[in-house]
Amino acid sequence: MISLAGPRQMPGAFAQLALNEARLAWRSPRGLVIGIGFPVGMLVLFGELPRYKQHVASLGGLTRFDAEVPVLATLVVAALALLSLPAPLATYREQGILRRMAVTPVRPGLLLAAQVAVNAALTVIGLVILFSAGVAGFGVAAPKDPGALVLSLTLCTSALLALGLFIGAVAPTVGSVVVFEAASFFPLIFFAGLWIPIPEMPGALQGVANYTALGAAVQATQDSMQGTFPPARPLLVMAAWAAAFTLAAWRFFRWE
Amino acid sequence: MTAAPAEGCPAPAVEVAHLRKVYGRTVAVDDVSLSVRDGEIFGILGPNGAGKTTTVECVLGLRRPDEGTIRVLGFDPGRQATELHQLVGAQLQSKALPAKLRVGEILAMYRSFYRQPADIAGLADSLGLAAKRDVYYRSLSGGQKQRLSIALALIGSPRVAVLDEMTTGLDPQARRDTWELIESVRERHVTILLVTHFMEEAERLCDRVALIDRGRVVAIDTPAGLAEKTKGAKLVRFTPSAPFDDRLLLDLREVRNLERAGRRVVVTGSGDLVNAIILTLAAAGVAAHDVEMGTSSLEDAFVALTGRHPREAGVPA
Repeated sequence: MISLAGPRQMPGAFAQLALNEARLAWRSPRGLVIGIGFPVGMLVLFGELPRYKQHVASLGGLTRFDAEVPVLATLVVAALALLSLPAPLATYREQGILRRMAVTPVRPGLLLAAQVAVNAALTVIGLVILFSAGVAGFGVAAPKDPGALVLSLTLCTSALLALGLFIGAVAPTVGSVVVFEAASFFPLIFFAGLWIPIPEMPGALQGVANYTALGAAVQATQDSMQGTFPPARPLLVMAAWAAAFTLAAWRFFRWE
Repeated sequence: MTAAPAEGCPAPAVEVAHLRKVYGRTVAVDDVSLSVRDGEIFGILGPNGAGKTTTVECVLGLRRPDEGTIRVLGFDPGRQATELHQLVGAQLQSKALPAKLRVGEILAMYRSFYRQPADIAGLADSLGLAAKRDVYYRSLSGGQKQRLSIALALIGSPRVAVLDEMTTGLDPQARRDTWELIESVRERHVTILLVTHFMEEAERLCDRVALIDRGRVVAIDTPAGLAEKTKGAKLVRFTPSAPFDDRLLLDLREVRNLERAGRRVVVTGSGDLVNAIILTLAAAGVAAHDVEMGTSSLEDAFVALTGRHPREAGVPA
């Protein structure tokens, strides 16, 4: 009964919705703190540790710090998509906010679109801050293939926002969102190599990491930073995650 | 679509014909037909679970009827919801809005949804929200949230406003203020579909009322006409001095129905009802105190027509 997008939306409506979603993100800044504050803080911390400045053979001659930057980039993406996006969606459904909007000329799908747009914009801001701070302040080499970097991070963001939408779509209550978040965020961050860099993982774990969205994103980002266009596999893995979870979110989303 | 209206005989603003809606095995609406004239305040009155809310949800296009047809300003709510929602404002029972948005931000956002929005300052002022525009939604009192919800129903300058239990949870003063607002909205020639279980509200505001019970329309008339219709029926209220079995009175041939509202007992029936009740109770050793006779108010009409009391109504004594 409630269609995703009406034939004619009022022109100012999306801007107003996005503005209020941005205000809400600012006023309950859990995603902002974990998604932007935490990775930038880690960048500063790792940038100051001497151990992270040594070149390591098992990382292909990179320093630990160089290897950590793509991981922190995926942390930005994952925190905003998984810790900032789903909770408001579940709240909107549980409290009838989508239902209230369904009796206005604006279809509730526009509210979801505004929520996704705001988190995508925050992701871009977070990544720009992370890479600028890294390059300007901590001697991170400027990305040698910026086009490939943008492509890799766009695919990574799409995959994770799709997963966040899916969680927001299926989590039955606002309370259960926390469980879904934890069950997705920590494994994904682990396989991105936050605790053990992927090249130093045992073979079986590496195998898993290659097929997770963030593991693939770290490889593609690392390659782009070093000036090698990423191979097809990580790009396809991210695209597949994005497609699968977009479909699943679409299929399972409940308006009320 | 309905045919073009003839001059001087405007088409009804809302037309519901043989609406039926079933959830699983529960029949929410059995057979409801009603026609709301352009510019009138039409009340839908009935106890909880009577099918009032489901009826207006179908009128608003939130639910698709299993049977029957609905036209609102000539539109089919099931197929033309987006166009319809430009012209119809609604206040739903769930008043959910994001907790950490300010009143002014919510008003500005909802205003942006409509082609011909109302003036925010004027609306906020007439609903007593002018001083609250910088306050977070979560910090509003229940009454203020309710008034904001009404403001959002009117913010698109609607031709039809659907208000579902708009004064539930308001204190008496806020309720009277809201009634005055609705009367001023009527002067702007807005058609209002008002769902309520407050008899006093329906008597004060409504041009006509549909009584709904168990998914069916029991009667449609003016509040005065409904009261007139039930003149033959009698209604007696009293407070018993001791507990007694309902069947004691229900077995009397004068008694049609018995309802309890707190300590008060409400009995409907015909003939020499008062004497029959008092004598029967006295024989069982129970005295009837504070006996009141039916006053043929809308409330009594409801009991007489449905045999039931709108028990949750909190009808002012």
